[in-house]
Amino acid sequence: MQITSPYFKEKSSEALKDENLQKALGNVERGFIGKRAKAAANLPEFEALRDRSKEIKDHVLDHLDLYLETYEAKVQDSGGRVHWAAGAQDARNIILDICKRANAKTVTKGKSMIAEEIAINEHLERNGIEPIETDLGEYIIQLRGEAPSHIIAPAVHVNKEEVEADFRRTHRHLPPGRNLEDPTSLLSEARSVLRDKFLAADVGITGANFLVAETGTSIIVTNEGNGDLTQILPRVHIVIASIEKIVPTLEDVSQILRVLARSATGQDISVYTTFSTGPRRAEDPDGPEEYHVVLLDNGRSDMLGTEFQDMLRCIRCGACMNHCPVYHAVGGHSYGWVYPGPMGAVLTPTLIGVEMGGNLPNASTFCGRCESVCPMRIPLPKMMRHWREKEFERHATPDRMRRGLSVWAWMAKHPKLYHAGSRLAINLLGLMGRRKGAFKKLPLAGGWTEHRDLPAPEGQTFQQQWAAQHRNSKLEQAT
Amino acid sequence: MSVSDQNSAPETTAIETPKNVALFVTCLVDLFRPSIGFASVKLLEDAGCTISVPPAQTCCGQPAYNSGDKADTRDIAMQVIKSFESYDAVVAPSGSCAAMIKVHYLELFEEGSAWHQRARKLADKTFELTSFLTDIMGRNPVTAHFDGTVTYHDSCSGLRELGVEKQPRRLLEAVDGLTLKEMKDSEVCCGFGGTFCIKYPDISNAIVEKKTKNIDDTSAGTLLAGDLGCLMNMAGKLKREGSQVDVRHVAEVLAGMTDVPPIGKSKKDKKG
Amino acid sequence: MNRRIGNSNRATPNGRSSILAKIRKNIKNLDDPVREARVTDRLSRSPVGLIPARARKAHAKQVDLFCEQASKVQTTVTRINKIEDLPAALAEYLRGRNLPKKVRMGNAPILEQAGWDRLADLEISKGPTQGDDPVGLSHAFAGAAETGTLMLESGADNPTTLNFLPETHCVVIRASDISGDYETAWATIREKYGKGNMPRTVNMITGPSRSGDIEQTMLLGAHGPRALQIFVVEN
Repeated sequence: MQITSPYFKEKSSEALKDENLQKALGNVERGFIGKRAKAAANLPEFEALRDRSKEIKDHVLDHLDLYLETYEAKVQDSGGRVHWAAGAQDARNIILDICKRANAKTVTKGKSMIAEEIAINEHLERNGIEPIETDLGEYIIQLRGEAPSHIIAPAVHVNKEEVEADFRRTHRHLPPGRNLEDPTSLLSEARSVLRDKFLAADVGITGANFLVAETGTSIIVTNEGNGDLTQILPRVHIVIASIEKIVPTLEDVSQILRVLARSATGQDISVYTTFSTGPRRAEDPDGPEEYHVVLLDNGRSDMLGTEFQDMLRCIRCGACMNHCPVYHAVGGHSYGWVYPGPMGAVLTPTLIGVEMGGNLPNASTFCGRCESVCPMRIPLPKMMRHWREKEFERHATPDRMRRGLSVWAWMAKHPKLYHAGSRLAINLLGLMGRRKGAFKKLPLAGGWTEHRDLPAPEGQTFQQQWAAQHRNSKLEQAT
Repeated sequence: MSVSDQNSAPETTAIETPKNVALFVTCLVDLFRPSIGFASVKLLEDAGCTISVPPAQTCCGQPAYNSGDKADTRDIAMQVIKSFESYDAVVAPSGSCAAMIKVHYLELFEEGSAWHQRARKLADKTFELTSFLTDIMGRNPVTAHFDGTVTYHDSCSGLRELGVEKQPRRLLEAVDGLTLKEMKDSEVCCGFGGTFCIKYPDISNAIVEKKTKNIDDTSAGTLLAGDLGCLMNMAGKLKREGSQVDVRHVAEVLAGMTDVPPIGKSKKDKKG
Repeated sequence: MNRRIGNSNRATPNGRSSILAKIRKNIKNLDDPVREARVTDRLSRSPVGLIPARARKAHAKQVDLFCEQASKVQTTVTRINKIEDLPAALAEYLRGRNLPKKVRMGNAPILEQAGWDRLADLEISKGPTQGDDPVGLSHAFAGAAETGTLMLESGADNPTTLNFLPETHCVVIRASDISGDYETAWATIREKYGKGNMPRTVNMITGPSRSGDIEQTMLLGAHGPRALQIFVVEN
């Protein structure tokens, strides 16, 4: 996957002109916002559960080393293996090793953002192993050779006509005249094509929404059931999860589950929440013979103790992007890597470096809608601002803006000069704009007037008029 | 509740009937639309306050703050604190500037420091105009008359950082002859975002286009909001699109001061 | 300026110790003397958090709520008097849906008690499925009324494949095993397996399989069962 985050602006301009994409993005606003609001309103304890969930994750992050050790011991007790991967390459190596030892030809995959993060598919393919995405959205974008554009709805940028074309292009063994007009027929076709793949796969790779320290359990939350077929049918199950997915107990998970689906899709709970602990037991008639967990750090431990620690509470529900006006306008691919929207703007510079992702935190109006819906109460605008501070500190802010800002700031710190200067400029501008009330074009204001008029100032500044009135009333009092 | 909150509690009760109120005009109102400042003065005076306008005010510092320039922001914040801390209350006709003082100044200074305490004290007595009139003064100074249907846009900072939502609507209800027609997604950002609209003009435009469509769909003759930045953005877009909708700050209507041309229109423009 | 993914393209030896060392270096309050005690305490007590009020009601009401919530997510529910009524009720369900009278199930004792031999035309087979069984029948050890959620444990009694591969999934649950919330089920699991232990798989199931991945419209029958039928055994 090519990282295009440095070209956010260019990518977003393309996205705004892409009619298909714009049509598809309408589904984000229609499909998620109202449902989340309704689900939250139907549970009187929803806000309190957000507080509880935040507390649980904060507690975990303060004791992360201890919980990870407990978790590891419990996985081993249940016959599973834990592999620690400091970075993406480590994780890729570990997974490839396991697949090779299993003589794997095909690998089925449940939806996992961590798998996207380490780009495991490309790595397996390069080594002669075929990865097969089984989540419908992931399957669609795999056929298209694309990256996900949303963390819970990877193919949200694709319209059904495009899915139909992709299926006709790739499912060549099916009759060309078949009817694929309605979404249900597309779903059925994917179901039958993928069913064979599930049964044939040698290894199944899933992510994890949570890892329970108390029991050494990995949890996946899905609606389709693809994650379950991925992990119970092949002989080997590999869980790839990042270190902050830990929660202490089953009770703690239950708290967070009550906000997860409601925030994500507006369901009270997803269809399948599956708790997996180790490989198949002696008495089990089915299930995987090997159970591996790959614990990925990839920059997360560096966030601990910093102003970005709160971001590690994220449970990947997607509510922030579902409610983001910028995401609605430009979609997920504009962000240029794995994680889009507000959470992506915060996380991307941390994970791929500020040189690559550092401009994403600028692409926000700071409207705060993301924070207002985040089930884990992550202060996303505040953290985007932290990135801007870092950018400013390392003098990475574009020169023109920096110069403009410093002139403005100097003026703002010298009120007398500021008022004298602004009076002159505003009086002139007011005079120029008096006839029409607004400017269609104005030197230095191109960024504004390209798309909208600039309302003209009334003429005299408030301070100017107030001072005059004040002088007059003093004079009146004196006479 | 933290210790500092408890300490500041008597402070809040002490200003329940503030008399000496300082107007934080905001830089945009000062420069582009003084009428909003005078409307605010009228509303506050009608509510029984004595108004001062400290001359040393320029801007709350948001452009620097949101650009990551913390040092300049801090200098500007100190200047604002010094100029305003002696008054009973500080009122701004802007949710965004009020939130800057009320919420964000605290983040600029180390907790426990003298400046942090001064910022906290100022924060406790700083208010957005409509919430000050309703929540603090608790009485309704509105005696205005306005013929027509208006729609109201909730500006983001005021709504989400200060909880300004019902207050302007409650005040508008008291305006004789006025009908409020809510637009779809009134709580969604207009795409202004301060420097955002200049840095990302295309995205900002896509966002404001949705907003103006929602405004037009109400068939309201006038759009109101509580922040001049958002108002200029929406007024500029409406004008570019050829819309006839008048755009005004909510204070102008509440104060009955609608004789000046709407934002972005001239005296010659016919009323929409 | 593009580059491949991975800020860490070099392999790191001793991943475990290096990750834990980094965490300990960066974590706040590492010197806190009660850090370990706090963790041990939480893990041993597993404190119950906030339980939604809707789940806290008399048992009979919880059973009603369970059925109601399940129905809201396109699950069909039949309440039967006793387990011996199951074969007939199941046969009727299959007839009503034009499904083959062929059912695959595990060895759960409750299923044994149903007395299948009384219905001659119902073909019963036992064990996990390879995907060629149209109807799976399982037993849920618990049900959470708050969301109409079934909870199933894996094992010889309940092969997990039966929960996912058949097009139609039928689940039997005793009304007495239905409670208000998820937490009650965890208490049941601890009683059976001991604190800190789990069966290999616990499946929380709430409705039939679905996907919203095409234009964000929820459609039933993605990869798992297209239909979910619950039999609640009252006595």
